[in-house]
Amino acid sequence: MELEKFYYDNRIVRNFAIAAIIFGVVAFLAGLWIALELRYPELNGPLAYITFGRLRALHTNAAIFAFVGNAMFAGIYYSLQRLLKTRMASDLLSAIHFWGWQLIIVAAAITLPLGYNTSKEYAELEWPIDIAIALIWVVFGVNMIWTILKRRERHLYVAIWFYIATFITVAVLHIFNSLELPVSMWKSYSVYSGVQDALVQWWYGHNAVAFFLTTPILGLMYYFVPKAANRPVYSYRLSIIHFWALIFIYIWAGPHHLIYTALPDWAQSLGTVFSIMLIFPSWGGMINGLLTLRGAWDKVRDSAVLKFFVVAITAYGMSTLEGPLLSTKTLNSIAHYTDWIPAHVHIGTLGWNGFLAFGMFYYLFPKMYRTSLFSEKLANAHFWIGTLGILFWALPMYVSGFTQSLMWKQFKPDGVLVYGNFLETVTELFPFYLLRAIGGFLYLTGALIFVYNIFKTAASGKFLAQEEAEAAPIIGTYKKHKGDHWHRFIERKPVQMTIWVTIVILIGGVIEIIPTITVSSNIPTIEAVKPYTALELEGRDLYIREGCNACHSQMVRPFRSETARYGEYSKAGEFVYDHPFLWGSKRTGPDLHREGGKYPHSWHYNHMWNPRSMSPGSIMPRYPWMFSLEGNDATLDVSNTANKLKAMQKLGVPYTDEYITNWQLELEAQAAGIAEELNKDKNISVEPNEEIIALIAYLQRLGTDIKKTNTAENQ
Amino acid sequence: MLKFIKHHISIEGIEIFPLISFLLFFTFFVLVLVYVFRQDKKHIQEMSNLPLEGDNTNLP
Repeated sequence: MELEKFYYDNRIVRNFAIAAIIFGVVAFLAGLWIALELRYPELNGPLAYITFGRLRALHTNAAIFAFVGNAMFAGIYYSLQRLLKTRMASDLLSAIHFWGWQLIIVAAAITLPLGYNTSKEYAELEWPIDIAIALIWVVFGVNMIWTILKRRERHLYVAIWFYIATFITVAVLHIFNSLELPVSMWKSYSVYSGVQDALVQWWYGHNAVAFFLTTPILGLMYYFVPKAANRPVYSYRLSIIHFWALIFIYIWAGPHHLIYTALPDWAQSLGTVFSIMLIFPSWGGMINGLLTLRGAWDKVRDSAVLKFFVVAITAYGMSTLEGPLLSTKTLNSIAHYTDWIPAHVHIGTLGWNGFLAFGMFYYLFPKMYRTSLFSEKLANAHFWIGTLGILFWALPMYVSGFTQSLMWKQFKPDGVLVYGNFLETVTELFPFYLLRAIGGFLYLTGALIFVYNIFKTAASGKFLAQEEAEAAPIIGTYKKHKGDHWHRFIERKPVQMTIWVTIVILIGGVIEIIPTITVSSNIPTIEAVKPYTALELEGRDLYIREGCNACHSQMVRPFRSETARYGEYSKAGEFVYDHPFLWGSKRTGPDLHREGGKYPHSWHYNHMWNPRSMSPGSIMPRYPWMFSLEGNDATLDVSNTANKLKAMQKLGVPYTDEYITNWQLELEAQAAGIAEELNKDKNISVEPNEEIIALIAYLQRLGTDIKKTNTAENQ
Repeated sequence: MLKFIKHHISIEGIEIFPLISFLLFFTFFVLVLVYVFRQDKKHIQEMSNLPLEGDNTNLP
């Protein structure tokens, strides 16, 4: 058969790789910075842009979408071309994908510190950027599927299935979770509210982990581990079971982020059961990856690439065992909202994603630059420093998580909380927070050694942008041979494969989400729950702008330790007007759902000006930019209030037309009332139009509706 | 403690959901298993060797 000559495009691979490396360092730096802020809250100085609440989103977005995202695209573009024996279908689409993705990252890096934030975790970017992400993602998908269609290898290797599943599922998740009603250029409200918003968000959030941080990386594992070890994968059969079982089960597990919350019980249980089942495909994948090195373990001693891969796959195994265990009600009641969760997450990102990316780049750069690695010794140093970094990060956080949880739940014999003041449970954790920062510093140090090593490698070689290759084209139609199985049909037909993947990943989402949205008995309504006033709504948007939900939950779980500390547990019906929901996922500070009425206005005023004046030892940042003091202008922006109310009305919040016409009078009256109350304190001088007034109005409203019913019932 | 049992309002026919979910997955899983074990060895070997081809770069 005649061989065709063609060229692999290495330039796009290198571009994505360089972007991943640069943004990786940025993500680690941001992480280290916010880790230090959690110990030294004054670090942000007078700057609003670099407070924990705003930078945390920047850190997670940089780590997930900029570092892992770019690394995964580099790996996909490299392996896809070689597995299909063809160049990428369109250099133009490759370039649009690359530059589009980098522009999105830059837009995120600008808007998040400015406080443009939807509040939904890992989907914090506002609507114009969401649209750009959808478009660029489609460009990536079209380019990939087009390349698959013009391939010279008839069968699709399992890595490509993982890439296809990634493309399809992330598209579906992103679109459904980002459905939002724009109010202005940089402000929108989620179309879902309360419980439904939470369910959709965690269906997304969980599967962003599954289909952005797991499936594409597994695809890379199935390509690069055999490549680096120079032997085929341990069991191809296992990889097929791994693939189908993983993508089928993963999509169901989202509700395990909402155990013991106001989400209907049946949905929580489904999340738990499917999470436990998830151990099996995950460990199948881990075993498959590790056993690929059977009989070649001696190579691990000499190859830094394999060392990184082995730790990456082990970290995958550990975090995919830990995840399902955390989904059981018992462990979840201990771990949820504590530092255990970031520890779990960082085993995944630093270990699994980070180390797989490092190993892959140590493999790719010498190949693309036609040279050998500048220094195997430095790569080994990176490996050990990085591994220590992961341990120093995670171990203190496990201890911290348990400490926190036990302190939250401890009662005196007479039935009173031992640590009734939340702050005591915070100051106890300082040593662990410092150790964690040391872990982050080590990991960053390793990454900088990696950057130097890669730079020197590139400098010592010559970049091969167009790599020549030869392969025979696929001629004619495939001849079915005897005993041929139906699945082979799918393996040869990428379009059918794509459709099957879509069906499989939709089943779980459909069964969980549609009933919660459509069956009204899932969310029992509460008569006393009323929409926020215009001022409270503006205050709520300030709460979102500052990323308060990064450290404060708004969900009191039905435990005695929580009702004793916070008050009545949260009911689903209380959140029906919450577009978006703000339940949070971490209690670095106390829960705020029953905050309303707990303290006088002046407490909040002083606390927001300087938390340490009211709570000595607090690690909350100061928010002086919300006060018109010391020459600062903190006038509340009400230019969009009418639009916001109208948008909410469109989304089903029962604001009357009359209220929307008269919102300004109502807002001013409420603000004047709060200001008057505050000004009674001779140390306070506040104008009604300051931002802090709106925030106080919101905080004082939180969770109070239901108290009104209780009072009425008692009378 | 009993008052903490949430959602006293039972949802009609909700028991069927876990059953449907289980049956769906079980059937699906069995189908995948049957398919995997019916594959012939030669094909499996061909497939697992795919990553080891198609890379013409020779290190200096």
